[in-house]
Amino acid sequence: MARQEKKKDVVIVGLGWTGSIAGIELCREGLEIVALERGHDQSTVPNFEYPQQIDELKYGVRLKMMQKPSQQTVTVRRNDGETALPYRSLGSFLPGNGVGGAGTHWNGLNWRPQPEELRLRSYVAENWGEEIIPEGMNLGDYPVSYDEMEPFFTHFEKVAGISGKAGNVNGEIREGGNPFEGWRSEDYPMPPTATTYDSSKFQEACLAAGYHPFPAPAGIASTAYTNPYGMQMGPCNFCGFCERYGCYQYSKSSPQTAILDALKMQPNFSYRTESEVLRVELAEDGKTATGVTYWDHKAGEEVFQPADIVILSSYQLNNVHLMLLSGLGEAYNPLTGMGTLGKNYAYQMNGGVSMFFKDENFNPFVGHGANGMCIDDFSVNQNDFGALGFIGGSYWRSGTFNGQPIRNMPLPKGTASWGAGWKEGIGEWYGHAMSIGSHGSHMSYANNHLDLDPTYKDKHGRPLMRMTFNWQDNDLRMNQYMKSQMEPLAASMNPDVMQSGFKGIGAQYDVRPYQTTHNTGGHIMSANPTEGAVNKFSQTWKAHNVFAMGAGNFVQNTQYNPTGLVGGLAYHTVHAIRTQYLSNPRPLV
Amino acid sequence: MKTFLRIIAGLAVLGVVALLAFIFVPVQRSAPATDLAADWQPEPGQGEYVMHASDCVACHTADGGENMAGGRAIASPMGTIWSTNITPDKDTGIGNWSYADFRGAMVDGVTPNGTHLYPAMPYENYRLMSEEDLRALYDYIMTEVPAVSNKVEETKLSFPFNLRFGIRAWNWLALTHEPGFTPTSSTEAETRGQYLVEGPGHCAACHSPRTAFMSQDGITASDENFLTGGVIDGWNAPALRGADSAPQQWSTEELALYLATGRNAHSAANGEMGLVVEHSLQHLTDEDNIAMAAFLKGIDGADVDLPDTIAAADHRSMAPAPADAAGEATAKMLTEASPDISLGARLYLDNCSACHFVTGKGAPEIFPELAHNALVTGSETKPLVSIILNGAEVPGTAKRPMTLRMQGYANRLSDDEVAELASFLRSAWGNDASAVTAADVAAVRAAGASH
Repeated sequence: MARQEKKKDVVIVGLGWTGSIAGIELCREGLEIVALERGHDQSTVPNFEYPQQIDELKYGVRLKMMQKPSQQTVTVRRNDGETALPYRSLGSFLPGNGVGGAGTHWNGLNWRPQPEELRLRSYVAENWGEEIIPEGMNLGDYPVSYDEMEPFFTHFEKVAGISGKAGNVNGEIREGGNPFEGWRSEDYPMPPTATTYDSSKFQEACLAAGYHPFPAPAGIASTAYTNPYGMQMGPCNFCGFCERYGCYQYSKSSPQTAILDALKMQPNFSYRTESEVLRVELAEDGKTATGVTYWDHKAGEEVFQPADIVILSSYQLNNVHLMLLSGLGEAYNPLTGMGTLGKNYAYQMNGGVSMFFKDENFNPFVGHGANGMCIDDFSVNQNDFGALGFIGGSYWRSGTFNGQPIRNMPLPKGTASWGAGWKEGIGEWYGHAMSIGSHGSHMSYANNHLDLDPTYKDKHGRPLMRMTFNWQDNDLRMNQYMKSQMEPLAASMNPDVMQSGFKGIGAQYDVRPYQTTHNTGGHIMSANPTEGAVNKFSQTWKAHNVFAMGAGNFVQNTQYNPTGLVGGLAYHTVHAIRTQYLSNPRPLV
Repeated sequence: MKTFLRIIAGLAVLGVVALLAFIFVPVQRSAPATDLAADWQPEPGQGEYVMHASDCVACHTADGGENMAGGRAIASPMGTIWSTNITPDKDTGIGNWSYADFRGAMVDGVTPNGTHLYPAMPYENYRLMSEEDLRALYDYIMTEVPAVSNKVEETKLSFPFNLRFGIRAWNWLALTHEPGFTPTSSTEAETRGQYLVEGPGHCAACHSPRTAFMSQDGITASDENFLTGGVIDGWNAPALRGADSAPQQWSTEELALYLATGRNAHSAANGEMGLVVEHSLQHLTDEDNIAMAAFLKGIDGADVDLPDTIAAADHRSMAPAPADAAGEATAKMLTEASPDISLGARLYLDNCSACHFVTGKGAPEIFPELAHNALVTGSETKPLVSIILNGAEVPGTAKRPMTLRMQGYANRLSDDEVAELASFLRSAWGNDASAVTAADVAAVRAAGASH
């Protein structure tokens, strides 16, 4: 018999970005709220103190901030013909752990999608016809438009404290910003961060080639900053320890710097750490949830937390897993196309070119996670899908984000990887390399999906979630196109050596090397209950008092880092809860 | 010699007079400065507001204890004074006190049975409070504060301070001013500010110097030494007057922001001032914090520019300031970072400059200035050394909820290194204060993270 806690108005599952947003906004409605967090509590001081935090071996290599596979993991296979095996050693993607979640250990790149990306199926149909959509691609429109989302993107950027330069303010194109972005009602809340040498060099090459460089939109403070909650950031010192680390300088946009202290001050909010939600409990008629059952790690027992509203705000993989386990929808069947949970799992298609200059010094230890200049000249709304033979696009960026010695010693191909030859190579090349990255879209496909594994179980006896995922030709063609365009630009910079890293046709997903923690989809938004798991307000079609936040809502992944869209959708959702749901709880669509 | 004899003779006379008075004159309570109608009622919330403005909680609530139930240890040069339970509990609190009893404590420092309060209770200042505020406060404590039964530890000072009747003589020296407030400011805002600063805010209790008898040397704005700086428990309570003082160096808005949030473009409230912000000032209206800032700004005749509100913008980007003229040489030296720079300068670059910058200017509202910072250059070095060793914490407030924590460096820097670093800070950017020794650091390290 599980222990039962006092009923709350709202239970929040996972205290990262979206859980914090839901918490603070719903607190303002006077609701009694409890957040349940699987991991530990963590704050800038003492948890991210200098210099203990900038220990590359501990955090960069041994992944101290991340979820341990023994806590939770997935099984992985590349197609239905393979047997999925557990992801026992973190590699390709790194789900976070603890209060703040992935928002504490990200790099800080904060983008909005292009308006076309939110209505991509319609955009393709209008310009090239549906016939260019490849077999097996689940191309869709988001059930919410860019114009509807714009105020929420703007608000999230103010809360998160984003540095950048607008290129399109209310339709007016501004020199030095991104001319291909969607309109913004206001400029960024902070000016762009300072430019490092590699970024300037890239910027010059882009201008010479007729492209349109602009500073990367960064969740990294360029000045001291106070956000709408009165929370604060300090200017970044370019130490280069962002991704995989908490920021000791209060400079990185995170729940810690943007929301948590303000939230903890609310008398109607409380949170419990080491409280791992096992499932959402549904009422007998299955139309609403009654609360959640969690494992209290300190007490070593199951606890039922009743609540009127359940907000699933844990990492995308965990949200989908909980929904599958709780029956918050039918599991997706790729053969029939029926079911919605686990549908449209997507990722990111990236590549890049490295350049080595004997006589240039880049001081790679000076940088930050969202450093650099970008171009959107090859982005989704700039590409002629019909002529190019793929649907998608990418943004390019150049800017050193760390010079951490264990993992960031780029060397020309052919240099020895150990011993005297390696040492000689390091001596010759360390600090003389720069790179350009292509960060590309990833479409959704029937082949790529999530469901419950038939074999493996976690320590609570629940089936692990199974990931079926492989690279698809459309995205690989997009990647090869980027290679063909990026190499000439890189060559125009006259490096002594240059080398490319782009996956080509036939590439198979390899779960071992790190790629990106942009796992998306699985509880996608949809205009009707047959196509997705949640409506445009992130409300589950199955139970109207359950809201599922985060990148699991993505119909397909955009070409950008997901946080800006995740944050915007979270504010869009809580706005709907505040203004439409609380007064009359019901399905909002 | 003649002077000496005169002093001896004077003290002898004083002693005889005091003794006679103790014997013959009963303790009298001062009469109210204004008479209020018997049926006068405070506005809703007025009493609670006066409680915040008077910062009752800071002394009368123990760490982790019930609100206003006393039991907090207050260090004094004479020994530890334990704050009393001022909840309306009839046995252990002040539930049996009449309004006249309450007023006697607030204005004359006398309890109902005639016992003198130790002047850790700032009745020197509360004496200036308006009759309305005193009534409202009494009403609030009696009707809205939950009664808590909590018998607090009895204050037992050593001889001669355990003889409370001695305070009576002390009061003759300290309470030369009449009860009630006498405004001397020219504008409405400054007058309100003057009232709050002199009376309920009891700023002079820390920020005025002390006389040889340990009474406040400067209780009202007309006193020459009022708010010219004091020392409390090894911390400088900096001067709030004079050309170099913060109120004259900062804008009125910046000063008001500091009061309301414990942070502004220049500084952050540490130590006791952090507690004042946390328990008292953050709960006051913008108007009142602006009024106090305006009074302090204009106290010696400077022009006062009144801001409308404090921190109104919904978000704000604030670029760090460049080095000022006095700080340019230090900033240049640190930027060049020549291998032969002093150990103190190198330690600054390695540990401090990321936040406080080579300019010593920090970043607005989050990383305090070290150039011309009273805590850095104060006569007392314990606070600076303690912050380097143990870190600091500025409590979150309603308008600035983030708890600003600076980490400590006790595990990373030796006593010699902290001394070098602190001495560097006290001489960089035009700062001109004495060096700190390793022995000073060792003493603070041994005392632990009490501050």
